[in-house]
Amino acid sequence: MKLHETASQTVGPYVHIGCMPNAIGLHDVYPEDLGARMRGESTEGQKITIEGIIRDGAGAPLTDALVEIWQADARGRYGADGSGFTGWGRAAADAQSGVWRFETIKPGAVEAMAPHITFWIAARGINMALHTRMYFPEDETLQASDPVLAGFVPAPRRNTLIAQKTADFMYQFNIHLQGSEETVFFDV
Amino acid sequence: MTDLKGGMIPRDWRHQPPAFTPDYKSSRLRSPKLPKLSMPSTPSEDSGPVFTREILGPLDDDLTLNHAAPGEMAIGPRIIVHGQVKDEMGRGVPGALLEIWQANAGGRYRHKNDGYLAPLDPNFGGCGRAITDDEGGYRFHTVLPGPYPWPNGANDWRPAHIHFSVFGQSFAQRLVTQMYFEGDPLIWRCPIVATIPDRAAIERLIAPLDMAATVPFDARAYRFDLLLRGRHASPFENRPEGL
Ligand SMILES: [Fe+2]
Repeated sequence: MKLHETASQTVGPYVHIGCMPNAIGLHDVYPEDLGARMRGESTEGQKITIEGIIRDGAGAPLTDALVEIWQADARGRYGADGSGFTGWGRAAADAQSGVWRFETIKPGAVEAMAPHITFWIAARGINMALHTRMYFPEDETLQASDPVLAGFVPAPRRNTLIAQKTADFMYQFNIHLQGSEETVFFDV
Repeated sequence: MTDLKGGMIPRDWRHQPPAFTPDYKSSRLRSPKLPKLSMPSTPSEDSGPVFTREILGPLDDDLTLNHAAPGEMAIGPRIIVHGQVKDEMGRGVPGALLEIWQANAGGRYRHKNDGYLAPLDPNFGGCGRAITDDEGGYRFHTVLPGPYPWPNGANDWRPAHIHFSVFGQSFAQRLVTQMYFEGDPLIWRCPIVATIPDRAAIERLIAPLDMAATVPFDARAYRFDLLLRGRHASPFENRPEGL
């Protein structure tokens, strides 16, 4: 018999107490926040920084969000590789600006999929955490045959999933929950 | 590297809250307006991080002690919250990371944005974590959280609850929810609970008192099972996270 998945509930405004206490100044529970470090010194691949802001329908930044990412290594493989690379990162939105940031490496292509990073977003007011994906602006050719981007995402909305390069090895990926630039979210 | 495509059984949305639930005011500006794009899962969602017990401290699953001064203890009714993490086929999920957070016995969170009158408890941190055993079982010791008022309607109170964050074996199984306590009259008055459209799904979030697991003269037990989305039964590879 098939059972039913537990119903989701919002993480509420205090998710960082449970998931990233150090990020909000509670340093006396866990030695280090899980997901705060994604790569080691010997991790293969191009070191990159990704940052962004999540905005609500009024354009206000979400300052209470928890963002997680999951990505392949430089060779397109999922899982830790023994170098300190974990593939999984977690960041707290800044309490004033709403900016979140990951220090990671650029993933390789995964099978026919262009290099991309899976995003998972939880916050007050979000009843069920949102899944989306970030692609890289320099991978246009691979993206043209990407089974998700080219296969499922309508052409006018594809740009919502492509980060902007702001400097060498620096990417900005802003997420819009509503409005004319609403980011594509997946039921996957 | 796995060659599986569509490893996840598609999600059944009838038991899940929609994004836009205007009685829960925070959802109004934070709910995507366009429908989600449905697609079969790919290796990017079928895989997921693996957590091992090395990340856990010895008191991580005991909130009565994990932030208490030596010889002291958190204030409040002592409880055990335990259960099993399963998938939709009823199989136990071993190695699932559970992270929980909650208000103290007075209904106050240890967070600078929480200005509720109820005092902080210097011996209560309000968070804990555990990794499920071979059968998917887990157990926390904590204190019963208090209900608290929150700015939504003119007089809204959250029922006593514990927040749960769960990692299964696939990133697509990632789940966050809240556990409530049997008999709390605030449950059916709560706009956040009411975001869930299905009564039976709400009832599954209400942990019953479990006298069989209660420790006499020590702590009452509440049982809360968590069900993650099912994966197709095919094997696939997942390298350990190795933190
Ligand atoms: Fe709460």
